[in-house]
Amino acid sequence: MAVQHHSNIIELSPERVYGGFGSDDPAAVLAIGNTPLLSLRRFARRTGLPDSVELWLKAEWANPGGSVKDRPALGIVRDGIASGQIGNGRVLLDATSGNTGIAYAMLGAAFGFSVELVIPENASEERKAILKAYGANVVLSDPYEGSNGAIRHARALAADHPDFYFYADQYSNPANPAAHFATTGPELWRQTSRGITHFVAGLGTTGTLVGAGRFLKECDPGIQIVAVQPAESFHGIEGLKHLPTAIVPSIYDETLPDVQIGVDTEDAYAFTREIAKVEGLFTGTSTGAAVAAAVRIARELADRGEPGVIVALAPDGGGKYLSTELWS
Amino acid sequence: MSDSGTITVLIPAPLRRYTGGVSKVSSSGSNVTEVLASLESSYPGLRDRIVEEDGEIRRFVNVFVNGQNVRKLEGVATATSEGDEIGIVPAMAGGTVA
Repeated sequence: MAVQHHSNIIELSPERVYGGFGSDDPAAVLAIGNTPLLSLRRFARRTGLPDSVELWLKAEWANPGGSVKDRPALGIVRDGIASGQIGNGRVLLDATSGNTGIAYAMLGAAFGFSVELVIPENASEERKAILKAYGANVVLSDPYEGSNGAIRHARALAADHPDFYFYADQYSNPANPAAHFATTGPELWRQTSRGITHFVAGLGTTGTLVGAGRFLKECDPGIQIVAVQPAESFHGIEGLKHLPTAIVPSIYDETLPDVQIGVDTEDAYAFTREIAKVEGLFTGTSTGAAVAAAVRIARELADRGEPGVIVALAPDGGGKYLSTELWS
Repeated sequence: MSDSGTITVLIPAPLRRYTGGVSKVSSSGSNVTEVLASLESSYPGLRDRIVEEDGEIRRFVNVFVNGQNVRKLEGVATATSEGDEIGIVPAMAGGTVA
């Protein structure tokens, strides 16, 4: 008897099915990466861009922990397991504004190791609640010292108790950009059918831009790598760093970006709301910042009459920002 | 100005370039707007980082008076008095400061 096909049933394509028999990895780990690349054509048209300049969004909120940070966290954890630094009862420790912490906490729950995170006290209630749900221990650092304060606090803890902690140090750990070199970069190359002309990403640990950017440059040195930072040191774009006033991550490669773009917090918020209204995409503030920068690049191309395939990376979804003024 | 004596203002790290690196400064005023005006006269440029042109607090900034977010009080009109402590924190996601 022939299988009945119903037109209202959406069939999963093979690449959207993760793992299965033969894999011992936890389901959450299998679901990391291979995120969708979404066309922002509707938004681009409303912004007045010609169809010859394409805007795309890499939907990193589709990772199981809800953010791009699942990738470097998995890279760092796999590295730690391979080197024996995880799995001997030591506690994974790091400083984070939230998303990396959520990724570590998820992996800690899945693999069975303990996680302790130093986050500024002004991190959102949503983040703290998610971390606790995964069973992580949360240490709050001085909100007036920001993410630099959280880093200093984590470093001091690690130095004082070297046998107790595995200090993951996402800002210095080469496994962070390596994860993006191995996954994010190849996905962008493949998903754009080798057509990407500009890669736009915010700078936080700088791992995304450095890892994926390095891969893309090896594929085609002509691909423009666009780094996005908050325009000023006092800002509300969570996860991004104003490098001139921040502790510059040692994994950062300042020679890699072709273009640096500063985005005001208000513009990042405005673009975040705009793509929610026009495309129905509910994202975080750093996505708005990346889209704002991508639009600036797109307008320059359009003014010169040049085509382009611009990909902005969307680090996370909007759900963790409900307690902010972003959506009010 | 009877109740507008010395008020302590806690300055977050990214704004300390306006205060010569100092994390805790003194100000005065009977409400948040007056305190910010007083701050501006001592540390030019600081107020515009905290409020919009219309004087309202920028969306990503939280201002606390004695640990309470003024958005949940009377905004920039929230009363202040001698001995109060005002905190200025970027709303890295709307958290509260105890």
